[in-house]
Amino acid sequence: MTLTNFVLEGNRLALARLLTQVENNTSEGRAALTELFPHTGKAHLIGVTGGSGTGKSSLVNQLALYYRKSEGSRKRVAIVAVDPSSPFTGGAVLGDRVRMRDISGDSGVFIRSMASRGSLGGIAQTTAALAQVFDAAGFEIIIIETVGAGQSEVDIARLAHTTLVVEAPGLGDEIQAIKAGILEIADVLVINKADRPGVENTERALRSNLELAHPTKRVVRHHGRSLSVTGPETDSTLWIPPIHKTVAIEGKGIAELAESITRHAAHLHQSGEWAARDRTRLGSELEAVLQEALLTRFHENIPQEKYEEILEKVLSRDLSSWEAVKSLLNGTSK
Amino acid sequence: MIKTMELIGYSLSINRHSIMTAEFIHGGTMTEKKIRVLVAKPGLDGHDRGAKVVARALRDAGMEVIYTGLRQTPEMIAEAALQEDVDVVGLSILSGAHMALAPRILELLKSNGQTHVKIFMGGIIPDEDMPRLKDMGITSIYGPGASMDDIVKDVREAVKP
Repeated sequence: MTLTNFVLEGNRLALARLLTQVENNTSEGRAALTELFPHTGKAHLIGVTGGSGTGKSSLVNQLALYYRKSEGSRKRVAIVAVDPSSPFTGGAVLGDRVRMRDISGDSGVFIRSMASRGSLGGIAQTTAALAQVFDAAGFEIIIIETVGAGQSEVDIARLAHTTLVVEAPGLGDEIQAIKAGILEIADVLVINKADRPGVENTERALRSNLELAHPTKRVVRHHGRSLSVTGPETDSTLWIPPIHKTVAIEGKGIAELAESITRHAAHLHQSGEWAARDRTRLGSELEAVLQEALLTRFHENIPQEKYEEILEKVLSRDLSSWEAVKSLLNGTSK
Repeated sequence: MIKTMELIGYSLSINRHSIMTAEFIHGGTMTEKKIRVLVAKPGLDGHDRGAKVVARALRDAGMEVIYTGLRQTPEMIAEAALQEDVDVVGLSILSGAHMALAPRILELLKSNGQTHVKIFMGGIIPDEDMPRLKDMGITSIYGPGASMDDIVKDVREAVKP
């Protein structure tokens, strides 16, 4: 009996061990992923991103609680929580579990912390692979919490089916809201800590930003007069990100948020977007593996001395990097 | 079932440290297998300064430290150690309840099949309790004023294959 069989049977120790192998990208880990791959593709992957201190972990805790307790569902929930690695020592303090006490005794929940290990997109290089293992192990909901993301850590959108972007009051004005980047990837917007002052401003900024992206029929008041503004015909297949206000530590607004997430999944299925996202994700995975394999094959085929020789020429400015690559690929040195 | 669990534990504990501890990627840069440590505070005292300082020191030594916060039950600690597949568990206890908490945690780790996990302990532990704790299977115990360098060195030593 192999490790993957134990994992498919629901053995938690085997699962934990396999996650380590996959995270470290060992040959055992890769072999197991290959065996598990036919069992994947069933889970709903939910990404949770947003600035540090906006309450992502508390929100994840509450969402998991909701999925465990809501009537008729009792779905199994896996959580992958990513925190940053030190760029100097490679060490990390992974503290997301601190906020997830309520679900830590539940055998239907599996929480795994991981360090970003030098990856800059908000998740680690092997986060997608970990999600795949959980998927194969039969977890129906997989929540992926990114590192505290600022503006451009958008890798999560490529991985998750539904991406939540979490904001908190008092973190920026309307200019922040119209900048490109993280707000664009939101399928659902969450204003957490909604009991704090300034929540109206945050909501207004996010809403006006959304309206710029999705102009729909609406009535506005301009200098005291009511004007009806009609945007272009709305497409019924278009998903307009809803905005939810939550107070995660009190569990407020969570049911409504979970409802939106479910609606988004239904929308993805209906519109064919689910399959399209799957295609994009697996396509980029294939691309990455192909790149690595080609690079490895290239290094195997070219003698080390030759590589060094050409590198020397680049160092002495006799060759540009482009010319160097050309002659490396031709197998001839200029 | 215990038997099969031990079997998995055994075969993997060989794999995890010997094979592929370091891997060559893109012509020469190496990635080491990270030491994973769970730092936990079981019981009811609220003094987590020491645990945080140690967590920070282990981080600076390049380890991945999972910090679980205050007031953890032995069950919560064992479950976290399992899910995170750690090599080491560090317990901080200043309440005097160590003789009750330590054996319980050891027992739970064992019944989960995590016999390879090394347990470190810090806090206020009377001298006469230390030999008994070590007999139970605690790897090392530190009191006030312990050197971070020693702790880091001992952790590295303990997880060597």
